[in-house]
Amino acid sequence: MSDVAASRYSVGIDLGTTHCVLSYLPLGEEGATPKIFPVQQLSRPGTVEALPQLPSFSYQPHEAEINSSDCILPWSNGSTPLTGTIARTLGSKTPIRLVASAKSWLCHGGVDRRANILPFGSPEEVQKISPLAASCQYLAHLCAAWDHQFPASPLKEQDVTVTIPASFDPVARELTAEAAKHVGFQHLTLLEEPMSAVYSWVNACGDDWRSQVSVGDIILVVDIGGGTTDLSLVAVAEEDGKLSLNRIAVGEHILLGGDNMDLALAYRVKAKLAEQGKVLEPWQIQGITQACRDAKESLLADNDVQAVPITIPSRGSKLFGSTLRCELTRDEVTQTLVEGFFPLTDIAEQPRQNPRSALTQRGLPYAQDPAVSRHLAAFLTRQKDAAEGEGQEPLQYEDPLAAFADPLGGASAAPASFIKPSAILLNGGVLKAPHIKARVLSQINQWLTTANAAPARLLEGADLDLGVAKGASYYGQVRQGKGVRIRGGLANAYYVGVESAMPAIPGMEPPLEALCIAPFGLEEGTHAQAGEQSFGLVVGEPVHFRFFGSSSRHNDQAGSLLAHWAEGELNELPQIKVELPVAGGKAGDVIPVRLSSYVTEIGTLKLEATLLKPDGQLDTQQRWQVELDVRD
Amino acid sequence: MSLDFSSAGVFPSSIDLLHILLFTAVVFLVLVVVRIRLASNQPAQMPVQPSPEAKQPAPAQTTPKAESPIVSASPDAALQLLSLLQQEARFVDFTQEDLGHFSDAEIGAVARVVHEGSKKALASYFSFAPISSAQEESSITVPAGFNPAEYRLTGNVVGEAPFNGTLIHRGWQVTNSNLPKIAKGHNTSIIAPAEVEL
Repeated sequence: MSDVAASRYSVGIDLGTTHCVLSYLPLGEEGATPKIFPVQQLSRPGTVEALPQLPSFSYQPHEAEINSSDCILPWSNGSTPLTGTIARTLGSKTPIRLVASAKSWLCHGGVDRRANILPFGSPEEVQKISPLAASCQYLAHLCAAWDHQFPASPLKEQDVTVTIPASFDPVARELTAEAAKHVGFQHLTLLEEPMSAVYSWVNACGDDWRSQVSVGDIILVVDIGGGTTDLSLVAVAEEDGKLSLNRIAVGEHILLGGDNMDLALAYRVKAKLAEQGKVLEPWQIQGITQACRDAKESLLADNDVQAVPITIPSRGSKLFGSTLRCELTRDEVTQTLVEGFFPLTDIAEQPRQNPRSALTQRGLPYAQDPAVSRHLAAFLTRQKDAAEGEGQEPLQYEDPLAAFADPLGGASAAPASFIKPSAILLNGGVLKAPHIKARVLSQINQWLTTANAAPARLLEGADLDLGVAKGASYYGQVRQGKGVRIRGGLANAYYVGVESAMPAIPGMEPPLEALCIAPFGLEEGTHAQAGEQSFGLVVGEPVHFRFFGSSSRHNDQAGSLLAHWAEGELNELPQIKVELPVAGGKAGDVIPVRLSSYVTEIGTLKLEATLLKPDGQLDTQQRWQVELDVRD
Repeated sequence: MSLDFSSAGVFPSSIDLLHILLFTAVVFLVLVVVRIRLASNQPAQMPVQPSPEAKQPAPAQTTPKAESPIVSASPDAALQLLSLLQQEARFVDFTQEDLGHFSDAEIGAVARVVHEGSKKALASYFSFAPISSAQEESSITVPAGFNPAEYRLTGNVVGEAPFNGTLIHRGWQVTNSNLPKIAKGHNTSIIAPAEVEL
């Protein structure tokens, strides 16, 4: 971090599921505000445009599909695969060659994220890339576009902050950092998207943010992007007489976003046309999806438009005769989007595990319940104790006895227990629609009023579309000591599975215990030692451990051994592996080690095995990296 | 540097030699400039917004032998716009159809496609502003020294500025245009490729 001063710009990259946005801010300039960098990209063959967003798509054209002279960018001579708008455009008609949602694949624990698997399920002839390589490709494009514009300040040398979903697992974080390093970024930091949205809000409000929140406030950040919904809680505390912000909880990874909503509308229109006896072809559904996206904006706005016509022209040059026409009404949009995705539910309702609906795509673990409200309820319930230890007064309206009530007891007279946010910050284009915004607010406030808590207020002044990118470049300035910093640290606690020491009983697996090796909130640049537990490793042979994460257990210290836990409290992640090189001893020797964790300055988690000397001391000279994300 | 050839006769004959030299020098300069222009093969510049390169050969302005003031615009930009309108709005498809035997309802449905697409395309590449901010059908005064390219006077056009009249049309001007760049060698005359689904 010491040589960051050499950078002239703080650059924030919102590496989104559907779009990337780059914002920048000259460092050392008083009162500088983040600007959005227009990214030069091919929009169609032979046409280069500078657009504020780079669609996160990669397209591998067939060798005969496009002239190489038509793939020329200002900085390169027609190299493939194609990135950005052109990839999305060509891919909409040839999906077998299109890589989309690489970011969701990057966080998919069920696949090898370094394997060349995308486009998923395409014919063998199509050259595949890994989710990691796709992320590299988008970053490399941004880098080249920047360097072309600012040749004197190469992006690699700037202070770069890449945003990631708060719900990203350690491997996805590590892979994002790896992609950025592969492109060559020398001063890199990762920042959680909801935190970036808060930074952007703080920056946009100027000093006014202090008047919008006060000590004891809990801000719920609801970020609904194109492909994912990300939730976080930020507590407002006081430190040295000044307001400070602590990120106290993050949600699970929910693959549900604005794209699902557009698709839901398209299927609604499709059903309507089917009633009229018109059967749609796939390309027409795509056309409808686009038309619905535009129609939705005017129907969800505060106006008196009651219906918007949807027209899908024919594909041929004859426009007449085969053009499909139908209408989308305000009621239909409200019903499909507001009631479908944001139904009013009870706080105790959990997301449903429905059989897959027609809206899913093969491969990715899309959220099965489209109701954002239920995901929100589950998050607030799971994080009911998140504000503990924040030095906050219990919320004014809360029954002091509620804390003693059975936390799972929905049957008792006490309202279901959940954390009660007092302020709400929204992010993501979906929430620009006044009706959806109002519904999210009224839903949360309904829960709060039922629980006799004061209603939460909406924080004003957020930039819902570009907040994440802008917040990231502002964060670069914050890191230089200008402005308030949100304390975060590890968003989950991490555990390794340990077989408990008990006499062997035939036919029964020894019960599993979980050893906490990285506590929640472990800050960047700090180590945690996982207690006294030592493990015997065989030199030259890989040893696997089961690995778990928990977003709700905030009080486990490194070294805590859990014998049992509530269902859903720990999520199993891909296994981890440590392999001692033969150079560490004789092959076949058993060497005692202790596990420890370390959060890098970049924001990624590293696990290490350190040799335990015969005198019981750790030999810090003999450390081995524990590999995350190991597959059988 | 300026020369008035008609006044040459009033000078004493003793400086005739100087005149001849000067004249030869000017002719030589003009020839050089014309040759440079031909060789550099610069695309024709729009007369409205002369770019710095167009201003450079200043001596050419001093001679009656300047190039024709009528220039032909490069078709590339026009073809590019046609292509954009076709992609976004099916503009060429629409204008090439014979509307004769279609009902107004059918034409209306297609007109939406063309209107929405054209609007989107134009909004992405141009910023428009009216020339006059006054209300149409209201009385306005066109001050002395107005630019006739911006304000067209019609009807009873007599007398001196300022002119009082009724604003019929507010006029439009493009305040900013941002057409995409085209790769060298890209064939702009192909407005839409033939599409073959495999």
